[in-house]
Amino acid sequence: MESVGSIIMYMVVVAAIIIFSVLAVTSRKILRSATYLLFTLFATAAIYFQLGYEFLGAVQIAVYAGGIVVLFVFSILLTSKPGDKSEKLTSKKKVVGLIASVAMLLVAGYALLSRCGFFAQLPSMEGVTMDRIGTELLSSSHGGMLLPFEAISVLLLACIIGGIVVARKR
Amino acid sequence: MDQTIPLLILALPLCMFLVLGLAGHKMSHKMAGILGTLGMGTALVLAYTTAFTYFFGGNFVDEAGNRLQHIVFNYDWLAFTENLIIRLGFLLDPISAMMLVVITTISFMVHLYSLGYMHGEKGFQRYYAFLSLFSFSMLGLVVATNIFQMYIFWELVGASSFLLIGFYYTKPSAVSASKKAFIVTRFADLGFLIGILILSFYSNTFDFVTMTQAPGNVLASTGGAVFMGGSVLTWALVLIFMGGMGKSAMMPLHIWLPDAMEGPTPVSALIHAATMVVAGVFLVARMFPVYLVEEVALEIVTWVGALTALYAAIVACTQVDIKRVLAFSTISQIAFMVVSLGVARPELHEGVGYMASMFHLFTHAMFKALLFLGAGALIHAVHSNDFTSMGGLRKHMPITHITFLIGCLAIAGIYPFAGFFSKDEILVAAYSNSMMWGIWMTAVAGLTAFYMFRLYYRIFWWNNPDYSKHHHTPHDAPWTMTLPLIILAAVSCVAGFIPFGELVTWNREAYEIHLNYPIAITSVVVALCAIGLATIMYRKENSLPDKVADKVKGLWTAAYHRFYFDELYLFITHKIIFNLVSRPIAWFDRQIIDGTMDMFAEVTNKASEAIKGLQSGRVQSYVLVYLLGALLVGVVTVICMVL
Amino acid sequence: MEISMMYYLIPSLIMFCCGVYGFITRKNMIAILISLELMLNAVDINFVVFNRFLFPGQLDGMFFTLFAIAIAAAETALAIAIIINIFRSNKTIDVDDATKMKF
Repeated sequence: MESVGSIIMYMVVVAAIIIFSVLAVTSRKILRSATYLLFTLFATAAIYFQLGYEFLGAVQIAVYAGGIVVLFVFSILLTSKPGDKSEKLTSKKKVVGLIASVAMLLVAGYALLSRCGFFAQLPSMEGVTMDRIGTELLSSSHGGMLLPFEAISVLLLACIIGGIVVARKR
Repeated sequence: MDQTIPLLILALPLCMFLVLGLAGHKMSHKMAGILGTLGMGTALVLAYTTAFTYFFGGNFVDEAGNRLQHIVFNYDWLAFTENLIIRLGFLLDPISAMMLVVITTISFMVHLYSLGYMHGEKGFQRYYAFLSLFSFSMLGLVVATNIFQMYIFWELVGASSFLLIGFYYTKPSAVSASKKAFIVTRFADLGFLIGILILSFYSNTFDFVTMTQAPGNVLASTGGAVFMGGSVLTWALVLIFMGGMGKSAMMPLHIWLPDAMEGPTPVSALIHAATMVVAGVFLVARMFPVYLVEEVALEIVTWVGALTALYAAIVACTQVDIKRVLAFSTISQIAFMVVSLGVARPELHEGVGYMASMFHLFTHAMFKALLFLGAGALIHAVHSNDFTSMGGLRKHMPITHITFLIGCLAIAGIYPFAGFFSKDEILVAAYSNSMMWGIWMTAVAGLTAFYMFRLYYRIFWWNNPDYSKHHHTPHDAPWTMTLPLIILAAVSCVAGFIPFGELVTWNREAYEIHLNYPIAITSVVVALCAIGLATIMYRKENSLPDKVADKVKGLWTAAYHRFYFDELYLFITHKIIFNLVSRPIAWFDRQIIDGTMDMFAEVTNKASEAIKGLQSGRVQSYVLVYLLGALLVGVVTVICMVL
Repeated sequence: MEISMMYYLIPSLIMFCCGVYGFITRKNMIAILISLELMLNAVDINFVVFNRFLFPGQLDGMFFTLFAIAIAAAETALAIAIIINIFRSNKTIDVDDATKMKF
């Protein structure tokens, strides 16, 4: 049995996720979309905190909310004039998108709900210390994540170079 | 013998071709002409040295006094088997030494003559480059040590002949003449090649020396194989002779030579009168010991030669274009040589026919080159090939007149000019073979005298047309053109006294030429009668020729149209080959072969045209389609789970 | 009331569907990119939730999310560079106008 506080907290977070997600994709002002995205990302970070992954939540806030959204805002400011509104969506496109997403929701939701196993209780967890995260992330032994870590670092380097090459003035 | 000089004889013209061909356009006309002439002059001196050393040096005679076949050098080029090796070399024997002299002499004269004749022509340097190429190829042909080397150079002379006939390539007639010459000789060379392959298959060698020293071995190795009624060796020899027929313009492959006169006149003198066209005769002479083994082949050679000689002589009597007359005269004279080879047998006068043929080749080269160069001077002066627009030129062009007269007397066979001696030997050979050939060839010799003097009188006597409407009255050409004429005329006067029998015979044994008085007197009398007839008919303008032509109208018209050989060829190629063979093949190629490929292309094209709309470039529609697919998979999975 | 696994997965699914809807309907390339981020984020949540509920003793799901965040950052940076380039040449970032490479 959860405490009432945590249930309320959960409700707030889930409501924020749903509402801001919907707003992010429906708002006609692009800057507002980015802002709603930011809120969604914060809410996601809250879920991570709630589940006990404090480090992940911090990374989510620092990288996603702090880095990526700022990038979005910059590019929005670079590519559109203030007060720019995207034109009204044609109803046909809207309907097609709606049908697609609702169908998706239904199929995946049915698949989820038909599985009783997913109603499992939250097991207890301990020992997610920074010490353990650091050791596992950088260990090369069984279960260690050193190889993907290095791969990601190479990817980031490539991305930096690619970004420079693509965006550089000719 | 040292290799340097023979190698230089071949290398000099080749170098001149490369230099003039590659750098010619950077030189002035004069420079290119003089360079080419000097190169040829050097080759001339070297060739004379070589020939002199060979004939009179005394090193190339065995104990019995026979001349030796000397291989100066012989490089392996392609080795197929131990015996079957294609080599490139230099064979020195009586006929190749003689041909070296003939080719370099005529070529040098033509080089010199062209300085004046081709003066100011466009492509002057190119002309000299091609002349050098031709000289190189022809020299390579005559010194070939094996039949395959000969074939290679044989094709090279064909190619240079093609280039030179089509020298005025802006003229459609020259272009079609060059194509005609190329195609006809190529057709003949196909036979030559097949003949070479058959012969070398059985004899197991390409080498002339090996082949001709023991021709019986070749026959023995065929094992008496027979194909369509003839022995394999006969077939091989006849096919090889077919190559010679093409090059030497024997009937029925002669049709290219009259048209080849579209080329510059000096080229006609060099290639189509003196050197290249006698390559066929040279070929048979080279292979003569092998031909002796199969007398059937020699019979065929004789018949072809005799028919061609008569045919060409009759046609020559009716032509009005002076170069055409000379062309048919050339065909007829080459046919003389061919007949002479055909009737030659070792047992008859020690094979005098062979010697006579080579002798006639030598003298004919001199006086026919002289006649062609004279014709060139006339054309240069009158600007027309047609003798109907000439006449009375003896006063305007005395040097050309005298030299041309000497040429005519020589070809007619009047003592003491060169043609008399060689033609006499040919007639001796013909009579000794059979009476029929003797009489036949005597008659043709009479015709020769008649048409040559018809030509002579029409050009230099007949009437005096009004030349004032020309740019200038006709006059003798500059010294570069008259000097070769004078030299060749002098040679034509004295060449008959060369003791040819001691130099060139079929078995390289010395042979004493002695005049056979009955035959010699008969032939001279016949020639004089023919000349007298020509004098009566053509000395002064009169209506006698027209009357005679009217009397034998059918024959005259047929001869004027060269007995419709060209029409026959056109009929065969256009009506029969094109319609019955080429068109169905072309249809099959276009409809079936191409059609299949086109169908593949069409189907691919249609299909891609139909589906290219899917590639809209809209990422969102791609995503939509992808999503629908994913959903479908999801639905199917769910249904499967439920069931 | 127990907060079981389903209670996290359903919001994440809704978030994902929002991303799909946005991706299909929006014309602005940056808006499309935002939708993409939403979808990625939904997947991240799923990783974490499965890890937490099914294998609480291990950290693999968490690391996957960590890497996904890094990749998302890289991808966004590059995509924005491309978009700015398109804007430079086309003067618009409407996805329907970027048709130069169409067949």
